[in-house]
Amino acid sequence: MDTTTLAAPIATAESVSPTWRRFREAFRRHPTALIGGAILIVMIAMAIFAPWLHTIDPQQVFPIKRLRPPSATSWFGTDMLGRDVYSRAIYGARVSLVVGLAVALLSTLLGLAIGLVTGYLRQLDAVVMRIMDGLMSIPSVLLAIALMALTKASMGNVIVAITLAEVPRVVRLVRSLVLTLREQPYVEAAIASGTTLPLILVRHILPNIVAPLLVQGTYVCGSAMITEAILSFIGAGTPPNIPSWGNIMAESRSLVQIASYLIIFPGICLSLTVLAVNLLGDGMRDALDPRLARRM
Amino acid sequence: MTARIVRRLFATVAVMAVVAFVVFSLLYLTPGDPAAVIAGDIATDEDIRRIHERLGLDEPFLVRFGGWLWALLHGDLGTSIFTNLPVTQLIAQRVEPTVSLTLSTLVVAILIAVPLGVLAAAKAGTWLDRTVMSFSVLGFSVPVFVIAYALILSFAVELDWLPVQGYSNLHDGLWEWLRHLILPSIALGTVYVALIARMTRASMLDVLAQDYIRTASAKGLAPNQVLIRHALKNAAIPVITIIGMGVALLISGAIVTETVFALPGIGRLTVDAILRRDYPIIQGVILIFSAVYVLVNLAVDLSYVFFDPRIRY
Repeated sequence: MDTTTLAAPIATAESVSPTWRRFREAFRRHPTALIGGAILIVMIAMAIFAPWLHTIDPQQVFPIKRLRPPSATSWFGTDMLGRDVYSRAIYGARVSLVVGLAVALLSTLLGLAIGLVTGYLRQLDAVVMRIMDGLMSIPSVLLAIALMALTKASMGNVIVAITLAEVPRVVRLVRSLVLTLREQPYVEAAIASGTTLPLILVRHILPNIVAPLLVQGTYVCGSAMITEAILSFIGAGTPPNIPSWGNIMAESRSLVQIASYLIIFPGICLSLTVLAVNLLGDGMRDALDPRLARRM
Repeated sequence: MTARIVRRLFATVAVMAVVAFVVFSLLYLTPGDPAAVIAGDIATDEDIRRIHERLGLDEPFLVRFGGWLWALLHGDLGTSIFTNLPVTQLIAQRVEPTVSLTLSTLVVAILIAVPLGVLAAAKAGTWLDRTVMSFSVLGFSVPVFVIAYALILSFAVELDWLPVQGYSNLHDGLWEWLRHLILPSIALGTVYVALIARMTRASMLDVLAQDYIRTASAKGLAPNQVLIRHALKNAAIPVITIIGMGVALLISGAIVTETVFALPGIGRLTVDAILRRDYPIIQGVILIFSAVYVLVNLAVDLSYVFFDPRIRY
């Protein structure tokens, strides 16, 4: 394409890397990704600045103000203990975001390490992949439930449980990428010129895995947030003394007919956040993999 | 061909063995004393000792695993700590609502999602395509229990068309059974429809770009014929694959859906077991659900032959 060749020098003049240019183009073509990013930034800001956002202590109980519908004083109403749902929903953003980001980070790092090694060491590959196949045959929410049922409810345990359930899929992705990349001529050239294995992995394989891994990480983040909410909702997630969106909805399960706002507000927060993450993921995928972009 | 199928079956057995091993060893790998966690905060030392004995936590790992596996192969999933009843019996009592829910969702979701995906691909780039794709992103993002409550609030509480909660047995009348399944199925099926529609569209777009589609159109076949007979059949394999893989979503979604709609199924059993830390039930449910998942995907693999005669087992 002539236009791209013409545009290239201008971009270099601005010293913009090709990846960044692709990001910018993709975001221009998909304004939804920008919207996703914006929502996410708002949510993160909300989580960080929760104490200053006109909130009160989310755990403070006001028995006389039980089950008040939304009003000027308590914007999202109060729950069966008189706690302010608006404050709880704002603080709840912390749980979802921390769990989502931590799981995304941990499972991509762990998956990257295991995937790199198994992709290169054939002896290990067979064993590790059989274990991964077995783990993947257990629906991830179920695996997380099993792990949570055996440990005390805490945010750390929730993160570990969901990470363990997500890792096999990341390993599979990394391994398949490594298997294709190791056959590339430039890798063969590196081997021929005597480059050591760790250096090949870091210098030639890793840079080509980063982009797809980033996209996968975004989807893992979204699905981890949903899994966390599901775990909390069925009583196997974050402890009741931490307000998470799943917990708020779980506590209000029997009240849905008389106090629907208890369910609606945290539900909207959760859906909006996951939507934002997914939109961002779609935008990044389109930016980094133009071939997939046309299809999906 | 038979040799290939046998090999595939062996691989399935191997995967199931790994699943059994993982499910069993979870009890050992978790830090701390699982018996203390299972017994709860108000348990006496005597309770903890009893659970130790029941779960065999004092015996060597391999001895216990061997014994457990042997029992498992004889259809024995152990005994519930809380009710003292065999886990197989507890699960068997709860099968009907779960099977009704998941099967009806599966069938309806496929019937909705595949045409949607085909339509979106055929009209790629139009408002119809964009609507389907937006719906699909939404479907991935809104958790099943949020959809469930939105449905309950609008169709059961506000409009009073359908029951808020509960289940009616199939032998108590088809209509009542169906009425109780409509909202749960929609809630559970949304993400599944989103997944299948998206994959159908992607796979159809790939196929529609092929030369033989142009040939089929050029020789004067009706557009619908080209779309269904030539394109859809060739686009089927990724779609079937995602239908099989999506069963994992159905299974985990069923646990949540049964909780929201108070359906007395296996999911509800699991949630009760979590609250009571009744680990043998949790183990049994995971094993059975995983076995279903593995077998569905085995069936999917074997069905490739039907859609693509070039694939031989």
